[in-house]
Amino acid sequence: MSIDSKEIEKVAVLSRLKFDQKQLNEVTERLTSVLDFIDQLHQADTQGIQPMAHPMDAVQRLRADKVTETNQRDKYQKVAPSTENGLYLVPKVIE
Amino acid sequence: MHNKTLSEISSGLKNGDFSSQEITRHFLDRINRLDPELNSFITVTEDQALAQAIQADKMIAAGEQQALLGVPFAHKDIFCTEDILTTSGSKMLANFVSPYDSTVAANLKLAGAVTLGKTNMDEFAMGSSNETSYFGAVKNPWDTNRVPGGSSGGSAAAVAARLTPAATATDTGGSIRQPASLCGVTGLKPTYGRVSRWGMIAFASSLDQAGPITQTAEDAALMLNAMAGFDPKDSTSVDQPVPDYRANLNDSLDGLKIGLPKEFFASGLDPKLEKTIQQAISEYERLGAIIKEVSLPNSALSVPVYYVIAPAECSTNLSRFDGVRYGYRCADPVDLEDMYTRTRTEGFGDEVKRRILIGTYVLSSGFYDAYYLKAQQARRLIKQDFVNAFKEVDLLMGPTSPSPAFKLGEKTADPLTMYLEDIYTIGTNLAGLPGISIPAGQLDGLPVGLQIIGNYFDESKLLNAAHQYQQVTDWHKTTPID
Repeated sequence: MSIDSKEIEKVAVLSRLKFDQKQLNEVTERLTSVLDFIDQLHQADTQGIQPMAHPMDAVQRLRADKVTETNQRDKYQKVAPSTENGLYLVPKVIE
Repeated sequence: MHNKTLSEISSGLKNGDFSSQEITRHFLDRINRLDPELNSFITVTEDQALAQAIQADKMIAAGEQQALLGVPFAHKDIFCTEDILTTSGSKMLANFVSPYDSTVAANLKLAGAVTLGKTNMDEFAMGSSNETSYFGAVKNPWDTNRVPGGSSGGSAAAVAARLTPAATATDTGGSIRQPASLCGVTGLKPTYGRVSRWGMIAFASSLDQAGPITQTAEDAALMLNAMAGFDPKDSTSVDQPVPDYRANLNDSLDGLKIGLPKEFFASGLDPKLEKTIQQAISEYERLGAIIKEVSLPNSALSVPVYYVIAPAECSTNLSRFDGVRYGYRCADPVDLEDMYTRTRTEGFGDEVKRRILIGTYVLSSGFYDAYYLKAQQARRLIKQDFVNAFKEVDLLMGPTSPSPAFKLGEKTADPLTMYLEDIYTIGTNLAGLPGISIPAGQLDGLPVGLQIIGNYFDESKLLNAAHQYQQVTDWHKTTPID
């Protein structure tokens, strides 16, 4: 499976990453070799095989809807780049 | 003093041969003296360590009996540690002082252990050489022109150089066992779900598992006793009782059935390394084990399957790094979109970006079935191979890595050659099985690791086999520096 730099650019936008033209060429070359390698996968006969998402096929455990943790907002917001009055600050979204 | 094992330090402390302060200071001095060259630590927590040691000495004097009371160790910098810098080897978290303890960190605190610091690692655990760390490569103490392996390269190098008697580590595709092999130490990856992932910075959640790196199997048992256990905070934690992993160390190996997967001894394996592994297996025969060839017919699929599943999960997990709640944020963002994109572009290194791109690609519309679903199906085939093998044998054995430690920079140009470093270890992660690497010889002065793979939750048998080998060999006692 080959991938061109246009497709990589699209995936980069989805990933919220940016590359300049020179980086894009290099990334395209490297990803092409990785994807070629991954394509070995298609030799496997997986007809009728159930996809495996968890090594023990465990399913999500549920718990009672009860408060178990105390509010530690101030402590957790101390590591945030920018906060004010208990809110996380980001660049203006709505004009 | 620094050549003492964790078990020896623990009994020395209980007998009053030395204090926790003395032994802690001894290791801190070694770190200060030797680590500038090795770069195995990102953070040394000298003040906190000495304060913990003073506290431990008081508790020992008061007759308290916690398993690791006063014993120093180090954490891989992937474990959140309260009020201590936790970087995951990334610029993205270079300023992140964790507000809470991971369950592993909390468990080891509860056991009384003293934290010397946080060890270096590949960025977000993505790498097999420790060269993707934002904080610089770690050097292999056996030859400082070579890599220590990765991603837990700092933990393995620090234990090998006797800068700490033990370290925590994590293994997603071989990240405990491969560096343990390349540095000549013991590294155990437990069964998936055995140790809590809570507060362990996520890479690929269906594969990540924490375990110890130590000098000996006995020490790995001691560490696992403290680390393992059900944790309601980790939705994939398995609710099974934790046995005393030391209880079966001295069992006889007479009649033990060991399988050698023929695919692990095929082309790609250094013939000299194969000979070393065969010698180790002969040792097991002398201990009474029965050796037989088995087959894992789908094992050639494991690296391609891994490089779909792991990047897919990593691209999802790493979407949380957006510059809003913690970690790095770019300067002067013009709008929200610009903030996300520049924060991530500036904060992540090249290998992490590559894996995010691969993951996003295989999960994107039109490719999901062809890659992600296909990989999950093939993953079941790989697991089934192991399940079938364990119907015939008790343990599997083979090499941990295809060659001994390689030179710094040797494999950075081509990601594929680096990915193939984990060819023998990845299958275990995909299946969720426990595996251990133990020192089993040397090639041109570089350590060679023997990998032992066990059935689900059979860590006791793995440790028993590793411990018995270490009773009749000295490879785990050889050290690169005095």
